[in-house]
Amino acid sequence: MLANDHVDFEAAAGEVHALLGENGAGKTTLSNILTGLYRPDEGEILLSGEPVSFHSPRDALDAGIVMVHQHFRLVSPFSVAENVVLGDHRDVGRTFRLHYPDIDRRVGELSERYGLAVDARARIWQLSVGEQQRVEILKALYKDARILILDEPTAVLTPQEADALFGTIRAMAEDGRTVIFISHKLHEVKAVADRVTVLRRGRSVTTVAAAEATPRSMAALMVGREVEIGRPDDGAREVGGAVLELEGVSADGDRGTPALHDVSLTVRSGEIVAIAGVAGNGQRELAEAIAGMRPMTAGSVQVAGRRLRNGDPRQSIKAGVAYVPEDRLGTGVAPGLSVAANVVLKSYREPPVSRGPLLLLRKIRELAEHVIRQYDVRTSGPHVPAWQLSGGNLQKVVLAREFSGEPVVLVAAAPTRGLDVSGIETVHRYLWEAAGRGVGVLLISEDLDEILALADRVAVMYEGAIAGERDADKATVEELGLLMAGGEERGA
Amino acid sequence: MRIERRLRQPWWLVVVVPVVSIAVAFVLAAIIFLATGHPPLHHFRRLFDAAFLANGALSDTVVSATPLIFTGLAAAVAFRMNLFNIGGEGQLYFGAIMGAVAGLGLAGAPSPVVIAGMMVGGMVGGMALAAIPAVLRAFFSTNEIITTLMLNYVAALVLDYLIFDSHSYLRDTTGFEAQVFPQGKTLSDEATWSSWTSHGVALPLGFLVAIGVAVLVWGLYNRTRFGFEVQVIGDSARAGRYAGMRTRRKILAVMLLSGAIAGLGGASQDGDFRHQLDPQGLRGANYGYTGIVVAALARYNPFAVVLIAFLLGGLQNAGFALQGADFPNGLVGVLQGLILFCALGGELFVRYRVRFDWLSRKTPASTALEPAP
Repeated sequence: MLANDHVDFEAAAGEVHALLGENGAGKTTLSNILTGLYRPDEGEILLSGEPVSFHSPRDALDAGIVMVHQHFRLVSPFSVAENVVLGDHRDVGRTFRLHYPDIDRRVGELSERYGLAVDARARIWQLSVGEQQRVEILKALYKDARILILDEPTAVLTPQEADALFGTIRAMAEDGRTVIFISHKLHEVKAVADRVTVLRRGRSVTTVAAAEATPRSMAALMVGREVEIGRPDDGAREVGGAVLELEGVSADGDRGTPALHDVSLTVRSGEIVAIAGVAGNGQRELAEAIAGMRPMTAGSVQVAGRRLRNGDPRQSIKAGVAYVPEDRLGTGVAPGLSVAANVVLKSYREPPVSRGPLLLLRKIRELAEHVIRQYDVRTSGPHVPAWQLSGGNLQKVVLAREFSGEPVVLVAAAPTRGLDVSGIETVHRYLWEAAGRGVGVLLISEDLDEILALADRVAVMYEGAIAGERDADKATVEELGLLMAGGEERGA
Repeated sequence: MRIERRLRQPWWLVVVVPVVSIAVAFVLAAIIFLATGHPPLHHFRRLFDAAFLANGALSDTVVSATPLIFTGLAAAVAFRMNLFNIGGEGQLYFGAIMGAVAGLGLAGAPSPVVIAGMMVGGMVGGMALAAIPAVLRAFFSTNEIITTLMLNYVAALVLDYLIFDSHSYLRDTTGFEAQVFPQGKTLSDEATWSSWTSHGVALPLGFLVAIGVAVLVWGLYNRTRFGFEVQVIGDSARAGRYAGMRTRRKILAVMLLSGAIAGLGGASQDGDFRHQLDPQGLRGANYGYTGIVVAALARYNPFAVVLIAFLLGGLQNAGFALQGADFPNGLVGVLQGLILFCALGGELFVRYRVRFDWLSRKTPASTALEPAP
C-alpha cells in the first residue's frame, strides 16, 4: 500500500518541527524512512543539502538521526548509564571493559545541560515512566543526535512532566539540534513547535508556523474538514442505577507484587466515569480485574447487581462487560489472524456465527464486511491479518466488536491512543452514544482533556489506589495533575 | 553483505523459496555424488525410479509414509497452538504397546472388532502418555518441550522392558528361538489390518486412516469453534483469555489429540506392518522425530503433511531399495540431510532478504554533520 505519497517537508537546524496527521496519514512510515528502517520508492532525503540514502537504521544513526519511540527500548535490569552507552560504537561503549566513572560523568553532564534529571546509576526498572523517557532522550543526545524524532512523547506523562519535557525540547533546539515532534495533541504542538507540517492520507498538506495556527485550523487541515472539539452534544442523559460496583478490589500485578489496593468505585447506567492517572498506576490491572482477566486477591465486582466469579473472563463477557484493552495488538486482537476472525473473537460461540460446534464461515465474512463498511476500516478485505492494520483501523475493529455485543458496562482503556482527530471524534461519539443508551462507561485515559470533555466524574489513580474523586465540571487540570503525581488530597 | 528483515512478503515467495531450496539441495548432492564417483543424473534417476516408478515402489513408499503422516499430524496439531509436543516418538511407542495388548487380548473376536479395539487401544496409549505433560503444562506451566522429550526416553525403556527384560504378556516365550532372541508375540490373523490394491499399489488400512485423520484435522481446525479457539490461543494466548476461552482445557484437549494421533500411528505399525510389538524396529525408525520435521516442512498444514510424508517416505524407501556396493546407503542419508537443511534454511529467505552492499552503497556516513559543540 502507498503510505507516503510525495511528502515534502523540511526542517532547519535549531527548529522544533511538528508532524501532525491522522492515523494512517503516514507519520510512522515517514519516520521509519527517516531512520533508515524503510526505503523510499521515490524521492530523496537531503541532509544539510546533500542527498543521503539509508540502507539500515545504523546508517541513519551515523548521520545523526535518532528516534525516541513511544514504547521505550531500554534494558530494564541495566543502569541508566549502561543503557545510554548501549549500541555506542565510537567511544567508551566500544572498549571491552566499561569504564564506569567516565560514563557516569558524561551522562551526568548531558542530563544537567538539558534539564533531564535522572540518576545515572539507577536501574531502569526503578524509574518512573517519565524518567525512562528522559533516559531515551539521553541516549539520543549521547549519540550526538543532530535530528531527534519524538513519537508522541507526552502520551505517558503527567501535565507537569510534559511541561518539563517541553523545556528540554526547547533547550535542544537552542543548541542547534532539530527536533521532529510527532503528536496528536494540538495544544502541545502549538506550545512547543516552531512550524507544523500537516499530513493527510500520506501527503503533506501544508506547513504552517505554529504561532499562526489555531487548534481548530490545524484539526481542519488534518481531517480535511471542520471538526467539533469538545463535548459532542451536551444533551441530558438519564443516569440510572448502579451497573458496575467495585468493592475493596485488590489484585497483584504481573510481577506478583500488589498492584491494586482496596479500590471501590461505582458506575451508574448512562454515566461516564473516568479513571485518570499516569500510566502504570494500576489502571490496567483494574480494567483486567473487571474483565475477569486478573484474579482479585480481595474484594468483589458486581455487574447489574450480580457478583462476578473471580478471574473468569467468559462470565464477565456474559454479564455484559465490554472491554477495550489498552494493549490492542497483544490482547484486544489475535494479530496473526484475519480481521474477520477478530471481529467474531468473542461472539464465535453463539449463533449466528456458529451452529453447534461448527463455524459459519460465510456469516463471519458477511459480519466482517459489514463492520469494515460501517466503521470505515481501511483494509483490503476481511482476510487481511490484523497486524497489517494501522493503529487506528485496528482500534475500529476492536471498538466495533465491543460495541456490538450490547454491553451493560463498557470499560475502555486509552481508547483514543494513537488515533487521529477524526478517529478520536468517532470514538468519543461512540462512548457518548453508549452512555446515552444506558451503558455504564468506565473510561481509562491519561489524557485529561479527553476526560474533562467526556466524563461526568473523574477518579484519579495513584499507586494502585484511588487518590481522589471529583465531579468533572468542578475539577481543574492542575488539581487532577497534582493528584496524579501523588500530591496530597486537599479535601473533596 | 547484510541480512535484513523483509517488510513485505510477496505471495510467490512461499512457493519459490521451497522449490529453489530443494533445487539447491540437489545441486549440492550432485557435487558430493560426483566427488564420490557416482554420476549424479544417473543416480537421481535411479532414486526416483526406486521411490516412485519401479515395480512395487509406490507400495513400499506408502509403507514408509504412513507412520510419518501420523506423527507429522500429531506434531502439527499441537504446534498450531504453540504447544510443542516433541513426544510423538514416545506416544507412538505407547500406542504400539496398547495396540498390541488389545490385539492379543481380543484374540478370537471377529476381525473388525479386533482392529477397532487396536485402534482405540493405540489412541488410549498415546493419550495416556501425553496426559502427563498436558496436565503439567495446563496446571503448573511446565515447559512441555522438556517433559515430552524426556518421556520419549521413558517410553523407550518401557518398550524394551516389556520384550527384553521381563516375561510380560506381550513377549513370546514359547519355543527355543524366542527364549534366546526375545521378541513380541505374533498377532493373530484377525488382528492383521486389511489392505486394498488399487492400480498395482497396495493401500494398507493404516494409510487410509491416516488420510482420514488429515481430513478430520483440517475440518476441525478450519471449520469448528474448537479450531478457532486453538488458532486464537496459538496466535496470542492473552487474546484467547481476553475472549473468554478456556485455555487450560484447550491445552489438555490438544495435547491428548496429538497423543492420540501418534498412538494410532503406533497401532497401525502393529496391525499393518509388523504384526507384533517390535521394539527394535520402532526405535530404529525415529518416526516421532521425523514427524516433527514433516510438520515443520508442511507448515502445520494437514494436507501438506501427507504430501511431505509421502516424499520423505519415498526417499527413505529408495534408500532401502538401492543400498548395495554401487550405492552406499550413506548417499541417501546425505541427500536427505541436504534436503532438510536447505528446506529449513530456506525459510530464512521467506522472512529476510540478503543485500549486497557493494552494489548499492553511496555515501551515508560521510554526510554526518559535525559533532555537537
